[in-house]
Amino acid sequence: MPRLNGERRHRIAFTLDGKPVSGEAEPRLLLSDFLRHVIGETGTHVGCEQGICGACTVEIDGRPSRSCLTLAVQVEGAEIRTVAGLAAGPETLCVLQEAFRARHGLQCGFCTGGILVSLNALFRDKPEASEAEIREVLSGHLCRCTGYVSIMEAALAAQKRLSGKTHA
Amino acid sequence: MEAKKVEDKSPWLGRSIGRLEDKALLLGRGRFIDDLGAPPGTLEAAILRSPHAHARIDRIETARARALPGVTAVLTGKDIEALTAPLLGVLKAAAHSFPIAIDRVLYVGEPVAIALATDRYIAEDALDLIEVVYEALPPVIDPRAALLADAPLLHPGLASNLVSDRSFRYGDPESAFAQAAFRVAIDTRYPRNAATPIETYGVLADYDPGADAYDVLSNFQGPFSLHPVIAKALKVPGNRLRLRSPPDCGGSFGVKEGVFPYIVLIAAAARAAGRTVKWIEDRLEHLAASSCATGRLTHLEAAVTGEGRILALDWDQIEDVGATLRAPEPATLYRMHANMTGAYDIRHLKIRNRVVLTNKMPSGLNRGFGGPQVYFPLERLMQRIARKLGLDPLAVIRRNLIAKEAFPYRTATGGFLDSGDYQGAVAAALEEGGIEELYRRREEARAEGRLYGIGFAAVVEPSVSNMGYITTVLTAEERRRAGQKSGAQATATVAIDPLGALTVKVASVPQGQGHRTVLSQIVADIFGLEPEAVSVRADLDTAKDGWSIASGNYSSRFAPAVAGAAFLAASRLRARLQRIAASQLNVAADEIVFAEGRVSARGNPENALSFSRLAASPHWAPQSLPQGEESALSETVFWTPPQLAPPNDKDEINSSLCYGFIFDICALEVDRVTGELRIDRYVSMHDCGPLLHPAMVAGQVNGGFAHGLGAALFEEQVYDGEGNLLTGTFADYLIPTVKEVPAPMVLHRHTPSPLTPLGAKGVGEGNAMSTPVTIANAAADALGLDEVTLPLQPSTLAPRLYGPERRRKEKTLARGRDAVRE
Repeated sequence: MPRLNGERRHRIAFTLDGKPVSGEAEPRLLLSDFLRHVIGETGTHVGCEQGICGACTVEIDGRPSRSCLTLAVQVEGAEIRTVAGLAAGPETLCVLQEAFRARHGLQCGFCTGGILVSLNALFRDKPEASEAEIREVLSGHLCRCTGYVSIMEAALAAQKRLSGKTHA
Repeated sequence: MEAKKVEDKSPWLGRSIGRLEDKALLLGRGRFIDDLGAPPGTLEAAILRSPHAHARIDRIETARARALPGVTAVLTGKDIEALTAPLLGVLKAAAHSFPIAIDRVLYVGEPVAIALATDRYIAEDALDLIEVVYEALPPVIDPRAALLADAPLLHPGLASNLVSDRSFRYGDPESAFAQAAFRVAIDTRYPRNAATPIETYGVLADYDPGADAYDVLSNFQGPFSLHPVIAKALKVPGNRLRLRSPPDCGGSFGVKEGVFPYIVLIAAAARAAGRTVKWIEDRLEHLAASSCATGRLTHLEAAVTGEGRILALDWDQIEDVGATLRAPEPATLYRMHANMTGAYDIRHLKIRNRVVLTNKMPSGLNRGFGGPQVYFPLERLMQRIARKLGLDPLAVIRRNLIAKEAFPYRTATGGFLDSGDYQGAVAAALEEGGIEELYRRREEARAEGRLYGIGFAAVVEPSVSNMGYITTVLTAEERRRAGQKSGAQATATVAIDPLGALTVKVASVPQGQGHRTVLSQIVADIFGLEPEAVSVRADLDTAKDGWSIASGNYSSRFAPAVAGAAFLAASRLRARLQRIAASQLNVAADEIVFAEGRVSARGNPENALSFSRLAASPHWAPQSLPQGEESALSETVFWTPPQLAPPNDKDEINSSLCYGFIFDICALEVDRVTGELRIDRYVSMHDCGPLLHPAMVAGQVNGGFAHGLGAALFEEQVYDGEGNLLTGTFADYLIPTVKEVPAPMVLHRHTPSPLTPLGAKGVGEGNAMSTPVTIANAAADALGLDEVTLPLQPSTLAPRLYGPERRRKEKTLARGRDAVRE
């Protein structure tokens, strides 16, 4: 990593949801703020800036990560995937999103983006994840609306459909 | 895609259709306040907050902060005071309150200065350069201590920290207590907790000097009775304060009522700076200085017969509202006034209500609002009565429930319980919830020496608040002087565009409750359309939309009031369209039917026209309307129920319109080694009338249950003796995750309200009221406890499980000494 000057902005470039993006960031700028306010990718939400609530979760080079605990300059050259990049197109829902819609896995929708990113990675990397493993992943996300019941139902329904597709 | 058949799916209402809200939210395309962008040149605000619970501000030095490149202004309390008036409160004696400290700070986290800069990072840098010289004053944290004669005084303009002390008497409680075979008493403390929505507060404010008018976008949730409070504080007429809400809002649970002082603060800052100002609260700010539930100390006594029949109650409540009495407080203390006897037929009672100030964050709306604080002592008392009299707790509950035949039931305090079948709901809950099996499990567990308990609670869930209930805190004479307040007006508009499509507008300001979907179902049914064809706006613009003081999203008023108003508006518009169609189809108006996107003569489907053509016709050819028919472009309904009168001279008040019923059962086990509580089964029976959208009702119940569970097991805003906040992050203020929340078994009965257009009652808050005490009763049963203090953390149960900690330490030390000697 090149040496960075705290007094000035640096040009950074990375791949966001499959497309190249770039912008300027001071070394202290959080990735969450860079995505939201520099790039305009506002689907990634900020709930605590302490790494606890999970709303800001994005994938960095294939691993779900807290964008509020990541500096924008750290992702130079990386592959970032956000909730906005889960579906095949800008207007269609992917299987996971569709399951959340069908099972009412969201209410206000503020925490949902982070949850979808985490589950997407789990089901891709471990399609046969047990219910306990799904719970473990979801325990990294705080939701105040649903009581989690419908989120679990949606996650299990999505897993079922995804694994069905895999085996087909 | 195959063509949808409308007739197979109508009626839409009552079915769990996919939500109109969800697609955008799932795609990451929601429009929350911080997603909407701001005009060029907008300044971002950061707020410097007090590190002291109580201190005089001697001096604030801002020169270094102002000199920082990128900083436009640094404002202190004096600057804001010059542009604003104090925030009006419910009580005249309410402390002289501004949204920022002027010369004294009264709680940790209170705003002291605001830095405005080109971005939030620089604004926060500026805060580091502000020097504040404080002179620390002794704080008072405990509400009982705040009542003592020599307690530090929070507001020098007041004689004491006790800002309200009212006593009420209904029936003949003295005689009832004199005659009763038993007196059973309980003392409880309900903790200050907060619903902590995952999206924090946000305000974007602008001032137009040409019109002397403010334009504010914020995620404020209402009640819009605070609009006049904000306007008065900003010293403009109501028509110079435009409040707008974003299309999406990331949860509230009452808490986003508390953004209103920040609206004043940021709007005044925008005026001072001559620029648009944006402020997005961070989580540290939210936990320290947004808003939380009141804490309540209660002494409750019952006069009881030998059979466990309660003749009278004597309430003594001390309400801890924090550092200032912020509107609408002390509403938490009075919202339950009509149902202070809960689900029980009790004719005699005394109530003493005291409101006290302490050096903590001011309280405000929070899910359950007064319910958790009342039902915790009341339902704990029911269990205590059973223990004292050697009765089954369930038998005590059932002996006192209001009988089905007694509805509608007038409570001793003036409540009008609109409908219900409490005995039937309890019986069904016990049967469907498997109480016999739970009793067996308890027996088996106890035989093995395990700690297993079962708890119950019966709760009346009020919804649609009477805007006049808060004035019960005033005397009848004071009320006459102040002017009577009452009602709960809901507003809805249904409008037609030139292509004949319908738009519904309501002033309900949801935060994820799915209002748009339900309204589309209601209107689709009325006009024979599909819900997707109806467009719904639920966000509010006070400059353009219909609204009134009761507007907003609180007191579970959507299903009973707002949805009902939309139903009425759509029905009126339909009647107009029927008359227009009648003239075109040459049949009587009551022969016109709406179905499958067409309007036809009953029994003659050939004699028809498309809905959109009919609906658009008043736009294109107003002259062709039938004689005497006004235009039919839109209908607006302002609906208020006549049952919501102001408090009368006897202080009787029907504080809510609808009263649902909940009966909860909790079976749990306490781990003898770790003290951890594990819920074996949780049953929640609800009677909220017909379900407009069952999946959304389930979402409200499950979500309310999780809040109740959090309150029971984890959540409290904890301050030390000096007033330092110990729960200032999500690592300290613990909220339940998916691993801690079991799925409750949710059951329903469907007794409609005779008072609401759709028969629906509110359902959003009930489990926040019922669950904390049900879990507490189960824990008390498991551990044989008389006293239960929330939250029930293993550390608080440890003395019960292992004996006092000191003795154990001494034992360990003694063992150590023995070992050394050996």
